[in-house]
Amino acid sequence: MSVMTPPRSAARPGRASGPREKFSDWANAHRKWLFAAPAMLFVGILIVFPLAWTLYLSLTDSQGSVRAATEFIGFQNYIDVLTDTERFWPAVGRTLAFTGVALAFEVVLGMGIALLLWRPFRGEKWVRVAILLPLVATPVAVGMMWRLIFDPNIGFANQLLGMVGIPAQPWLSGQDTALGTTIFMDIWQWTPMVVLILLAGLTSLSDEPDEAARVDGANAFQRFFYITLPLMMPTVIVAILLRGIDALKTFDILYATKGKGGGSFHEVETLNVYAYGLSFDYNQYGVSSAVLILFFMIIIGTMWLLTMRKKAVTK
Amino acid sequence: MTVLDETPGAATSTPVPAHRRRKPLGTRAYKVFRVAALVLVVLFLLAPLAWMLLASLKTNVDIYDTGKALLFSPTMENYANVLQRNNYFVFIFNSFWVAFVSTALSIVLGVPAAYAMSRFTMHRSALVVLMARVIPGVSLLVPWYYVFSNLRMVGKFEVLILSHMFVALPLIVYIMMSYFDSLPLELEESAQVDGLTPIGAFRRITLPLSVAGMATAGILSFIFSWNNFMFALVLSGAKTKTLPVAIFDFVSYASIDWGGLMAAATVVTIPIMIIALFTQKYIVSGLTAGATKG
Repeated sequence: MSVMTPPRSAARPGRASGPREKFSDWANAHRKWLFAAPAMLFVGILIVFPLAWTLYLSLTDSQGSVRAATEFIGFQNYIDVLTDTERFWPAVGRTLAFTGVALAFEVVLGMGIALLLWRPFRGEKWVRVAILLPLVATPVAVGMMWRLIFDPNIGFANQLLGMVGIPAQPWLSGQDTALGTTIFMDIWQWTPMVVLILLAGLTSLSDEPDEAARVDGANAFQRFFYITLPLMMPTVIVAILLRGIDALKTFDILYATKGKGGGSFHEVETLNVYAYGLSFDYNQYGVSSAVLILFFMIIIGTMWLLTMRKKAVTK
Repeated sequence: MTVLDETPGAATSTPVPAHRRRKPLGTRAYKVFRVAALVLVVLFLLAPLAWMLLASLKTNVDIYDTGKALLFSPTMENYANVLQRNNYFVFIFNSFWVAFVSTALSIVLGVPAAYAMSRFTMHRSALVVLMARVIPGVSLLVPWYYVFSNLRMVGKFEVLILSHMFVALPLIVYIMMSYFDSLPLELEESAQVDGLTPIGAFRRITLPLSVAGMATAGILSFIFSWNNFMFALVLSGAKTKTLPVAIFDFVSYASIDWGGLMAAATVVTIPIMIIALFTQKYIVSGLTAGATKG
């Protein structure tokens, strides 16, 4: 097709070349950057400047008011943060535990549900609606909803446990159970996301390998583990990547259910909650920026590892 | 070996008809298991939402009475309280306005950008825009807060909209890029043969063909903005407070008014769920955009 496209001047012989046409020609010739530049400038200014600023703040003792004079203190904030075994490292641990456990459940459950939905059935529409609703629900509202359900005295969760004879649990208010409870909330809200991605992957698979294996007498489990799962690996990794980035940065439900500092014992204080608290509840901008830079490096590192893994799988 | 030899023959002698793949597979036991599992999944996903809705229709006395979990006399009192006394109509308008304007502006900026990035395969530029999805929001908030408080703009709609665009724009670029990737080039090329300029071809051919893609991107961006909590928590003021922040304020009082809280939570989630029900197809295609490209 492109071979047939004649030069534009030839397509419009004898056209007057006034200033409007000149502008039009210029715009058409430079449309690549004309189209892309506004959005890139917008995002670039809003990212590059804050990132550079965060980097700068992390090397200063900025605190209190954002307008207060600050002093350059080199890597002191990083040293303080990296040797802080009371808040920083537990927050790293919680962030990774939250993300790892939530993702593990979401991927396994998500794959299970996607397989259930793979072949059409009656009432499919209703199941799809049920999958969609948690996904679009406002996370803060979802947090409030779970606060009531997990309330130790009047919550539905303990009523349910009571019916099967299990003693009541403290859930969100327990020092050891709070993080697990928030992980449960994340699983409830975001497994549907994994289901949708995996289902899109399953639907795009060719049926032939599966059929061939069936003719060869492979049972359902063999077909899943030796045919479907390997073919699905790239999609699974995309799902982990997309969900993982968001899970690492989880803030809304943690702040909505446990408030400042992730609760009075910092039970659910992940890196994002910690950094937010340092910045906006305690105004420790210098330390907060150091935490954020380290957090950012953790996210980039995780993404890089997963992208490498995906390349290995796709080959 | 005999099995292997038979396979291709079997496959070619009885070509699999297209409708075959639409047939459910498996035995009776699997069917029963499948129905049971699906019922469990639906219950797991919907029961909490139903519980929230029921609690929003109860008086606080009934909420504390575990015997009245399902049987109670419903009341609209909580909704009346939330909407009238707590001024939720204002917050609903704020949320809607911020989501609407930030989505509209992001479409204006994002769609041409996505087009250029798709047609000229500008992968590195795309990466810059997509970085915005990776960076933790808090690291942007500190500098933004500093700049905007110096400009005395914290609490204004402009700032809130700007911050929400920061979420919306990358999302729209991401979705529209994969949409433009899937549109055939031939249409634009033949339009240019017929005398349209490249920009003219984009405007008159590609854009009208992309309405579905833009709807997808717009709806998702609206939902993300509506649900956004952290940016609004820092950057909104008394007059621009959005719904998620308003709900959060609900619990800062000494004792929790559960009925009111659940009514507020329902008021926030219901509009977005209704939108989702009517635009299900678009939401699913947007959330899974680019996920299966490999």
